[in-house]
Amino acid sequence: MTGLRGKTAIVGVGLAGLGAAPGWSPIEIMAESVRRALDDAGLGLADVDGLFVSSSTQAMPTITAAEYLGIRPNYFGGTMVGGASFEAHVLTAAMALEAGLCNVALIAYGSNQRSAAGKLVATIEPQVNETVYAPRQPITAYALATARHMHDYGTTRTHLAEVAVAARAWAGLNPRAFKRDPLTVEEVLAAPMMSDPLSRLDCCLVTDGGGAVVMMRADAARDRPKNPVYLLGAGGAHWHRQIAMMPDLTVTAATQSGAAAYAMAGLGPEQMHMVELYDAFTINTILFLEDLGFCAKGEGGAFVSGGAIAPGGRLPVNTNGGGLSCVHPGMYGIFLIIEAVEQLRREAGERQVADPQTALVHGNGGTLSCQATCIFGTEAALTA
Amino acid sequence: MVRTMVTLMQDPITQGPGPEARYRSFLAEGRFMIQRSVTTGDHVFYSRTMMPGSGGTDLEWVEASGRATVYSCSIVRRPDAEGGDDSIAIVELAEGPRTMTRIVGCRPEEVVIGMEVRARIDSQEGEPIVFFEPARNGETS
Repeated sequence: MTGLRGKTAIVGVGLAGLGAAPGWSPIEIMAESVRRALDDAGLGLADVDGLFVSSSTQAMPTITAAEYLGIRPNYFGGTMVGGASFEAHVLTAAMALEAGLCNVALIAYGSNQRSAAGKLVATIEPQVNETVYAPRQPITAYALATARHMHDYGTTRTHLAEVAVAARAWAGLNPRAFKRDPLTVEEVLAAPMMSDPLSRLDCCLVTDGGGAVVMMRADAARDRPKNPVYLLGAGGAHWHRQIAMMPDLTVTAATQSGAAAYAMAGLGPEQMHMVELYDAFTINTILFLEDLGFCAKGEGGAFVSGGAIAPGGRLPVNTNGGGLSCVHPGMYGIFLIIEAVEQLRREAGERQVADPQTALVHGNGGTLSCQATCIFGTEAALTA
Repeated sequence: MVRTMVTLMQDPITQGPGPEARYRSFLAEGRFMIQRSVTTGDHVFYSRTMMPGSGGTDLEWVEASGRATVYSCSIVRRPDAEGGDDSIAIVELAEGPRTMTRIVGCRPEEVVIGMEVRARIDSQEGEPIVFFEPARNGETS
């Protein structure tokens, strides 16, 4: 455990523009989610003095956001580690709050990826010895990891399909999810191949959407309208930028980020009541369950089989429907945090996990490049 | 008033082409060159200013054997109008480092993990590029 355990908490969350928001710009979608998060926290823009924003369309996202919102933050962070940026922001925000550099930290994101492009926004930064071969990134990178996992551990396309089917079953319980119609293993297997062995239904959605999270120090958090969701642990790690430089295609830096988060929280995987993992592709869920200690390396396929991570299964995983079936505007990480908060506050409606006290949230960025893990808990988990 | 001459001190290390530019020049000459640490014998690719991790600056250029093994592979599906299917792979060079590449000289479906391949310098849009193709019999050792 370190000094940051339980020192800060999330006091407000907001979502906006999930699915399709035609005619809305990324900053507008972000700002609407900010308004809702501040309402949720019982705060106003004037209270915000810490700002954390990442975006795939803005080069200087905190500056853009601060101007738009009309705020003058004392501390800001625009770290760009892809979809894991928001889990990384949580850790930085906790440090800034604890150090007294700010009192109300706002983490925000907005994207109109679906309406603007209708496809995954291609990176504008050519990668040496990668871009020239025209892989279909990011899909091909994850396909390469999948192929190696299959080769080394006997993971099958049916195992992958189980992940997509479980996500869809959760989405069926979530009125905000983009894809809610039932999905079968057979349908995933029959979907057109994008980059073998990944089919279209092994890939995340392309939607619009924005999200915002408000954090405060724990003492102040207790005066807010909603029950605080405490940050118990967090850690980040990255080992490569290009997929060819990943040391072992079957082992992610989640082994490092997860270990750091568990150590800070003084908890292990067996104490996690629910898990929100960045499922950009079906292999992600399998890799992260392994690397975060929910099963041994190579056993992720068996672990997810038979509806084990679907509603009613042994471990609630990606309870909003995930990037596969709920929302994925390009950088999904913020939505993982918001789902964990809603679950820990018992606000998740039909998809509510029974009495959760702890939640592990795991962000992924780049092509399995950056991993960032946060562990959240209720008041009961904090004092346990 | 005394005027002093100011001589601009150029960094001698950054005079002349950097490692990536040198790699490209070699490739344009038909040579697939990678770097090796003189003291440890470890190879590194893509080209660097120093050995990643250790920071060692004792890197020398050596010609790659061109021998490699497919570490992982994927068929990128594209309509024929957009060039058709391609085999994208990560190959492990005999010298140790890995690189992304395209496997040519066979159908994408024929590429499997563990397959032995050999480098072939080709050109793409006027630029030299390293592809790999299946190793022919007797060429693998």
